[in-house]
Order: sequence, then structure tokens, then C-alpha cells
Amino acid sequence: MSSIAQKKGFGATIWDFMTTVDHKKIAILYLISGGFFFLVGGIEAMLIRIQLAKAGNDFLSAGLYNEIITMHGTTMIFLASMPLLLAFMNAIMPLQIGARDVAFPFLNSLGFWLFFFGGIFLNLSWFMGGAPDAGWTNYASLALASEGHGIDFYTLGLTISGFGTLIAGINFLVTIINMRAPGMTYMRMPLFTWTTFVASALILLAFPPLTVGLFFMIFDRLFNSSFFVVEMGGNTIIWEHLFWIFGHPEVYILILPAFGIFSEIFAIFSRKRLFGYTALVFATILIGFYGFMVWAHHMFTVGLGPTANAVFALATMIIAVPTGIKIFNWLLTIWGGSISFTVPMIYAVAFIPSFVAGGVTGVMQAIAPLDYQLHDSYFIVAHFHYVIVGGVVLGILAGTHLYWPKMFGTMLSEKLGKWTFWFFFIGFHLTFFIQHFLGLMGMPRRVYTFGADQGWDLFNAISSAGAVFMAIGVIILLVNVVMTTIKNERVGNDPWGDGRTLEWAIPSPPPFYNFAQTPLVRGLDTFWIEKMDGNKKGMIFAEPLGDIHMPNNSIIPFVISLGMFIASFGALYFLDGDKPWALAVLIIGLLITFGSMLVRSLKDDLGFYITKEELLEDAKGGKTDGH
Amino acid sequence: MAHDTHIHVRTQSEFEYAKKKRADEMKGHLATFAIMIFLTLIAFTMVAAGFSTYLIVPIILLMAGIQVILQLYYFMHLSGKGHGMVAFFLFCGIFVAFITVLALVTIVWW
Amino acid sequence: MDINQKYTPQSWPDHPETATMEGKNKFIGFWLLLAAETVTFATLFATYLALKDKGPSGMEFSAAGLFELPLVFAMTMILLTSSLTSVYAMYHMKNHNFKAMQAWLGITVLLGATFLGLEIYEFNHYLHLGFGFTNSAFSSAFYVLVGTHGAHVLFGLSWFIALMLRNAKRGLNMYNAPKFYLASLYWHFIDVVWVFIFTVVYLMGVIG
Repeated sequence: MSSIAQKKGFGATIWDFMTTVDHKKIAILYLISGGFFFLVGGIEAMLIRIQLAKAGNDFLSAGLYNEIITMHGTTMIFLASMPLLLAFMNAIMPLQIGARDVAFPFLNSLGFWLFFFGGIFLNLSWFMGGAPDAGWTNYASLALASEGHGIDFYTLGLTISGFGTLIAGINFLVTIINMRAPGMTYMRMPLFTWTTFVASALILLAFPPLTVGLFFMIFDRLFNSSFFVVEMGGNTIIWEHLFWIFGHPEVYILILPAFGIFSEIFAIFSRKRLFGYTALVFATILIGFYGFMVWAHHMFTVGLGPTANAVFALATMIIAVPTGIKIFNWLLTIWGGSISFTVPMIYAVAFIPSFVAGGVTGVMQAIAPLDYQLHDSYFIVAHFHYVIVGGVVLGILAGTHLYWPKMFGTMLSEKLGKWTFWFFFIGFHLTFFIQHFLGLMGMPRRVYTFGADQGWDLFNAISSAGAVFMAIGVIILLVNVVMTTIKNERVGNDPWGDGRTLEWAIPSPPPFYNFAQTPLVRGLDTFWIEKMDGNKKGMIFAEPLGDIHMPNNSIIPFVISLGMFIASFGALYFLDGDKPWALAVLIIGLLITFGSMLVRSLKDDLGFYITKEELLEDAKGGKTDGH
Repeated sequence: MAHDTHIHVRTQSEFEYAKKKRADEMKGHLATFAIMIFLTLIAFTMVAAGFSTYLIVPIILLMAGIQVILQLYYFMHLSGKGHGMVAFFLFCGIFVAFITVLALVTIVWW
Repeated sequence: MDINQKYTPQSWPDHPETATMEGKNKFIGFWLLLAAETVTFATLFATYLALKDKGPSGMEFSAAGLFELPLVFAMTMILLTSSLTSVYAMYHMKNHNFKAMQAWLGITVLLGATFLGLEIYEFNHYLHLGFGFTNSAFSSAFYVLVGTHGAHVLFGLSWFIALMLRNAKRGLNMYNAPKFYLASLYWHFIDVVWVFIFTVVYLMGVIG
């Protein structure tokens, strides 16, 4: 393998992506598959809004509606939002800390393929006897009563993709702990790296309870155990606890990286150092910490008793404090800055009021007695869409525009970007603002239709109209992506002109070894410091030019994940009785997985070296788009 | 990284010193092991002797805790150099573990 | 890092497990995994405690009636001792004494296998009494908690054996030293979990 860029055929490109261990290519894989699942989840959302557009609609049957809301929630959280954020973490975080790759490139690839096959497995349920239909929270009493194999697709699919996410989390943590460039102390790390760090820590500690809960559910449904079966002494509340011990930190796993992206945007496009960097860092850590102590606020109406409810209500309200600190820091970063309203900046500015609205309703629901009123109503739906769409999705869209040039070397159209923004933003508020009132008027969530005499027609119609606006916005974004890719106008290192952190000091896209020489970091906003000092190279170097050690590509992560994918079908049909091949499939799948793991551990894979001469050649020829 | 391993050949006295230090450490490990066996014996004996439940439970839990601390700090060298960050994460894990157990032994049957 | 680099006890570093970038990455990553495992087992323990002695009405099994301490005591002693033997193995790893390390790892594996054999015997015994996996919420929680630990023992044994066989001919180097070290950390962690299992499941089970 050499660093010399070559023209490759389509098949070779596919093979390259299947075997890649390069964090930038894995980021692209996450972006594409996350984007794909985002569209799938979006279509499901549109179907929901069509069904609810008028009273007594029969566009969807009640059962199908249940499947669609379940898959909409599950897809959007696990298969769209998280992978899209993982895409940016992969693409940008190693560059921000001056690393050549993540700590475990092989595991990075494994994490992606596990997520991918888990997502595919989950979505295959549509074609193999029906999707899960117990809501994205999959409460045990509902889930155990659900017929068919929908729930099993949910549990097995999420188990596989959960392993992938856990691996990604550990990988990012080790990368940040151990692979920072010389001089990059913790308190000089860009905010996006910090939020990646804390979100990864939450992944590390929040995914095990989910995995265990999912295993209980698998055993209960497929192997006749009785964790949640009340007649056998089980307890369905245990599932709710395990799900939310994971589920609440999950919300912060999603929102913190979005906060990180916005922090970068505010600093770049206000041309100012972040106001209160230290406070932002500690607020991030505090949010992560409190995130583990509030899960039962999802369960106020379960009947935990006044003491437990009071404790969790208070803990929940406390989280508003660090979040508020962040909001003020961002506002003060903009204050007095030399602002340029690019597309990412517009998203960031729009994010603040939208997210605050979601936060305020969140504090309302933290008041346990009030939550008894709001629980399971459209008020809740409005709240979490304000947080997730107004926070996370706006962050992802902003990040897409901000980092597109760094990932692909060409800028998305600003003009089309603004069209996307306005359609999406107006559509978002149109869809969800009104749902607060629907909730207060008594409309319960997860109902597939409502009567004409209930007085909810108009508001639901408005909400559905808003969804159309959002869809148009997304379509414009797709057009934007296609047109940008066709035009392919190459950009330089710092396309926004005001980049502050290390990723903007190297070519777009970066060479596959990222940094020919490891940079030396002299302070917060490294690249900005060097720019202000008139350093034309954009950084100073911590080492002389020398050979670089790089990992080899490998197909093994793909095969390991494929084995788990196959084994899942075996587990799924294990107890069906009429499918004697199920056990064989289970065993074959596990053999593939463990066999390829064994191959990996027995075969030495020591990587290869890029020689100094090749690096010099690369720098001269400007052939920087990898190998 | 091509150049992150520097081979340092120690002088004879440096080598003897390091070897001696490791041997001393190993003696410490043996003592730790003896304590662990002792704690286990007490725990089993207390249960076999049939003391009051309210006396036994806190004491055997405490002894389990001590054993785990011995394992972590002596056998697994948690206090060693370069363990700061991993110790922090382990304690975060223990914290989450603690509240999980606390919740499931208290509020699931209320 | 050169895999063919030969070392003598004199040139072998004090902390071979963290002497290279790769080794240090593995070291940190593995400890983080142990933090996640801590939460995993805590969840299993929590569920076990919530479902202890819970079953269909008229269930004949209870922790107090079922568990027998002599076997558990033997298993505990064996696993604790195997923890010490793996410490000996790491002592010799740091002394760059490959043969002694392999020998102590061999003893560790034998002890671990004995432990696993006794656990299988125990489970088999319960099954004969009619206390199967699907018997009750209590049995499900018990088998999944103790069984997950058993699966960890099995994985740890396979890991040790694979490392010993793979490196039998080439001895210690900077590439495999971190792997041996991490496998022994894993083994200690298994012991840590067992300390809680014998305390919380068996001892606290027997006293009711």
C-alpha cells in the first residue's frame, strides 16, 4: 500500500470502504448510513402526520400505526441521531487534538459495522412479519404481549448496534486520554472534543444497563425466562428502570455533541474566543454527572412514592443550572463579536430559543404533580421533539454544513442551505409548538386517530402542514448535497476563513495520515494563535518529518458483524418449533464471529510505515486525498 | 509511532534494585492474599455459626468491600503511576453501579 | 515498535504493559471496559436482589433452602488462589522470565478450569432438583447472574490459553506483554465479581 493517490474502480472503492480503518472514511460511512436511516425515520414521521392530519383518518391501521411510531422513535434515536453525531466525532475529534487516528482503528471499524448490521436487522422486521410495536421504550408488559417477532427484531438489533456504540465510546475516550498532541492539555481541548469526551463517558456507563435489559427481554421472549413475567414472580418495572437508567443519559449523549458543534460555531462565526470556556467545560461535566441521577422522572406516574419522586424531581431541576450556564456563555460569545451569518451560524442562533423552549417545558415536567397531568399527552411529544429536533437535529444540520468542506473538500451551497434552514425551522415550530396545546387539551400520545368531536382537528392539521415544510427542507438539503458533489469546487485548508482549531490548519479533506508532523499546541484555539502570530504553516511542529506508522485495512470487522447478524436470525427463530434450522444458523453465525475474532488475535497485524520520502512527495504533489 | 520505544539497558545495580523491589512487592502480594483468605474464612464462619442476620449482613458486605479494595489496589495496581484517569472512570462506574443497585432494591416493589 | 526486538531482563522496562503507545491505549481502553463491566454486573446483581425468592405462588425453592456452602467455599478458595497465581505470573513477566510466567499461567488456567467444572456440577445439581432456568423469576435471575460470571471465566480461560499457545515459541516482547497483563487484569476482575457473588448470592442467600 502506498500513499500515492490512485484512480480506482467502483468495486475497489466499495472494498476500500468495507475494509477501511481510517477514521475519516468511517466518518463518511456513519454519515451515509445515519443519513439513510434519518430519511427512513423521516418517512415514518410523515406517515404519522398524514394519519393524524384529520379526524377519524383511516390511512394507517391501528396496528401499523403502532409499528410506525415505534420504528420512528427507535430509528431516529439509535440509527440516525447517534450515528450522525458519531460521524462528526470520528471526522473531527482526532483532527482537533492533533492525532493521526483514533486509538483503536480496527475497533472503530468494528463499531461501525456492528451499528450498521444492527440497524439493518431492525429494519428488516418490516419485511419479515412486522415491525416492533411496543413504542421505542418497549415497556415490558406491552412487549411481552406483542405477537410475532417484531419485538425480537428490536431487542436483537439494538443489542448488536449497542455493542457497536459502546466500542465507539471506549475508542473515543482512549483517543482523547492518550493521543493528544504535545501541549494539548485537557483545558486546551476544543469544546467539541470535550463534549465528545463526556458523551463517550456516558456511552460507557449507560449502555451496559440497556444491554442487560435487552438480554432479559430476549431471554423472556425467546428462552422462556421470567424476569418481567408477573405470574412467575417477575417485575415489569425493572425493565422501565433499566431502560431509563440508560435512556436519560442517552439524551445527553445526543445533546452534548450538538452543544459542542454549536460552541465551535459561535466562536468561529463571532470571531471571538468562547466566552467562559472553563465554565462551559465544567457545565458539560456536570450535565454528564447529573444525567445519571434523574432517570426516574420518566416514571413519576409509576407509583414510586412521594420520596423517590421528590428526589428525582429536584435532581432534574438542578440540571437546568449547568444548561443555563451554557446558554449564557454562548450569548456572551456572540455579544460584541464580529458576526457573519453563514448557514451554520443561523442554525446556531436559531438553536438557542428553540432549545430553551424545550428546556423550559422539561423543567415543568420535572414538577412531579404537574407531570401527572402532562404524562402520556402530546405535551410530552412536543417537549422531547423541541429538545431533540431543536437541539440535536439543528446541531447535526449545522455540523453538516460546517464540517462538509473538511470531510469532502467542497462547500455546500450557502444559498440552498438558507432555504433548507427556513423551511426546516418554520416547519419544526409549526409542527411541534402547537402540540403543547394539543397535550394540554388532553390529546394522548400514541393514539392512531381521534374523533371529530374532540376539537383537535385544526391543531393537528397545522402540525401536519409543518411536517411538510420540514420534509421540503430536507429535500432541498439532498439537492444541495448532489449539486455540490457534481460541481466539486475544491476548497483550501480553512474554507470558512475564521477556523480556530487544528482541523482547519490541514488540507480539506486531510491526507489519510492527518498530520505529516505532529503539531505542538501552544494554547486554546491553536490555529487561531498561529494565524495571529503570522505563522503561514498554520502550526508549529513537535517532531521532525519522519516515517509514520499506520494500521492496515481489514475486512475482519465486517465479518465479525456479519456473523452476529446471522446469529441473530438463529436466536430469533430458535423457539418457533417449525424452524429446525434456527439452531444451526445461530451456531454458524457465532462461529463466524468468534472464528474471525480468533483469526484477528492469532495473526499479527503490525501495520505499515509511510516513509519520509513518500510524505515529501505527497506534500509536493498535493495529492492529499488518501490512497 | 516509529520512535516511541527507547531501549534502555540498565546497569547491574539498577537491575538488582528493580529486581529486589519487585520481589518485595511480591511478598506484599502474598500478605494481601493471606488477608483475603482470612476475610473469606471469617465470612463463611459467621454464616456457618448462625449469628443474627442483622449482624452478619453488614459485616460480610464490609469484608467483601475490603477484599475488592485489596484486589484493586494491590493485585491490579490501581494506585500505580498512570492510573489516575482509569481510576476516575472506574469510580464513576462504581457510582452508577451503586445507584442502580440502590434503586432496584428499593423502589421496584413499592 | 519492532516485534522482533529481543529483550534481556536488563533491557526489559519496568512497565512493559504501558511502554508503547499501543500498549498504553490497550491498557486504558481495557480499564474503561472494566468500568462498563462493573455497571453490567451491578445491573445483574440489582435484578437478582429484586427478584430473589420471587416465583409463582407455591414455589418450592428459596435461596435459603437451595444453596450449600461447602461447595461454594471450595470454589471461592480455588478462584482466590488462581488470582494469586496470576499475580505470580505477572511478577515473572516483569522479570522477563517467560518460562516461569507460562508455568504460573498454566496453574491459573488449571484452577480456573476446576472452578468452572464445579460450577457446572452445581448447576447440574440444581437442574436435577427441578430448579431450571425457566422455573421462576428467581431462577432466571440466579442463572443469568452466576452464568454471566461463568461465561467470563470461560472467556478468561480461553484468552489465557490462546495467549500461551500463540506466544509459546516467541517469548515475551513489547507486542504481547500488554496482552498478558490485560488478561491477568481481567482475571482479577472476575475474582472481584465472585467476591460479591459468594457474599450477596450465597452467604446472604443461606441466611435468608
